[in-house]
Amino acid sequence: MNYNWHWKVLLETEPGGTGSYLHYLLVGLGWTLATALAAWVIALAIGALVGTLRTTPMKWVVRAGNLYVEIFRNVPLIVQMFLWFFVFPEFLPKALGDWIKQMPPPWASYIPAVLCLGIFTSVRVAEQVRAGINSLPRGQRMAGIAMGLTETQTYRTVILPQAFRIILPPLTSEFMNVIKNSSVALTIGLLELTGRARAMQEFSFRVFEAFTAATVIYLLTNLVVVLLMRALEKKVRVPGLIAVAGAPQAGH
Amino acid sequence: MQGFDFDVIQRSWGYLFREGMSFTLTLTALAMTGGIVFGTLLAMMRLSSMKPVSMLAGAYVNLMRSIPLVLVIFWFFFLVPYIGAWVIGAKEPIKVGAFWSAAITFTMFEAAYYCEIMRAGIQSIPRGQVWSGYALGLDYWQTMARIVLPQAFRNMLPVLLTQTIILFQDTSLVYVISATDFLGAAAKVANRDYRLVEMYSFVAVVYFVVSYGLSALVRRLQERIAIIK
Repeated sequence: MNYNWHWKVLLETEPGGTGSYLHYLLVGLGWTLATALAAWVIALAIGALVGTLRTTPMKWVVRAGNLYVEIFRNVPLIVQMFLWFFVFPEFLPKALGDWIKQMPPPWASYIPAVLCLGIFTSVRVAEQVRAGINSLPRGQRMAGIAMGLTETQTYRTVILPQAFRIILPPLTSEFMNVIKNSSVALTIGLLELTGRARAMQEFSFRVFEAFTAATVIYLLTNLVVVLLMRALEKKVRVPGLIAVAGAPQAGH
Repeated sequence: MQGFDFDVIQRSWGYLFREGMSFTLTLTALAMTGGIVFGTLLAMMRLSSMKPVSMLAGAYVNLMRSIPLVLVIFWFFFLVPYIGAWVIGAKEPIKVGAFWSAAITFTMFEAAYYCEIMRAGIQSIPRGQVWSGYALGLDYWQTMARIVLPQAFRNMLPVLLTQTIILFQDTSLVYVISATDFLGAAAKVANRDYRLVEMYSFVAVVYFVVSYGLSALVRRLQERIAIIK
């Protein structure tokens, strides 16, 4: 393959004049992480709540939870992005909708991207939480009730602490998915890492240098996340409680 | 709902489905077939006792699973012309249309995910099955093709199909290389007629109906084929 590599391009100044291309990409990484972390907070909060509610004996709550999960699981992420960005503001009161649309960049795309990713991921967290709770022996719940705990207390002190430890590994991969999925936000104009690699390719015509640099940055980010989560797993581990390896799941 | 014009959907119906949806479905079918074939080979490589082979396959799968699909789409969009030129020995990068670029991208990308499913499937088959194959005088490929893989496929069928539903949704990302898939077609109409709300809502409903219908079918299938233990 005859392609002339020119790695020094990373140190050349980008057209915006803010610094080198490498700096430009690293700012992109900053936006990727800012989007992913904010979305992750939303995903954990809603996911834990919905996942837990779907294991309760309240029938209509379970149904509402199932409906929520099915809606956000069966529409592609990019379509959901467009819904939050183009469609959602139209259904708000006019003043509020206009205010959202006229926010200065990058906020006009950052906020819809965070909401979209957060809710998209919350569905997947909810599935993991439900699976974690259902994987506990039924005796745990019964023992809690037999000891005189209320339903809420049983969840808070017996079921959830164990369930969350079991699902920590799948949650790690969900967190890495949020980081990867945040790249879809480039379609609504957020210049995160992939978006900036694409922009760099257009400005400098150095296609493979730009994409290789972005790939390496993603790989290093993944490595850091894996190491951090492994440390967390070690820290919260309960001696004697061995998590059962889960069945293979489809994903992306 | 005043000010909305849902007639635009009826006006562009033919374009949306004949151009867009057929692109999406063809792409999904091609990438599923290619992805499962290549993914199964990768899984066999990953489980190989030859260290370099299993490491190579492992590195490929981990690389594909660590970077965003959007970045992979960009990579292949620019890389495929060079690879094509290299394969046929041309001096200049060859021209590859958005469809074939996307087909190659999704085959290569989804293979990494199908590989992990097939690896779990192969590992779920008791070792005794392999040994009895060898004891009967079959070689590695015969044992795989006649004993291990048919059982692994059967066990993993629901997960493979669920992954295909995800693939069907993921193909909408070809939007970033301006391909005319279902979403791309809708986006073109939406921008031409300035009917973004109507078109994107319609796209969401169609994707939901197809994906939900298919996952309901997969759930019924799951109940019908029990795992052989």
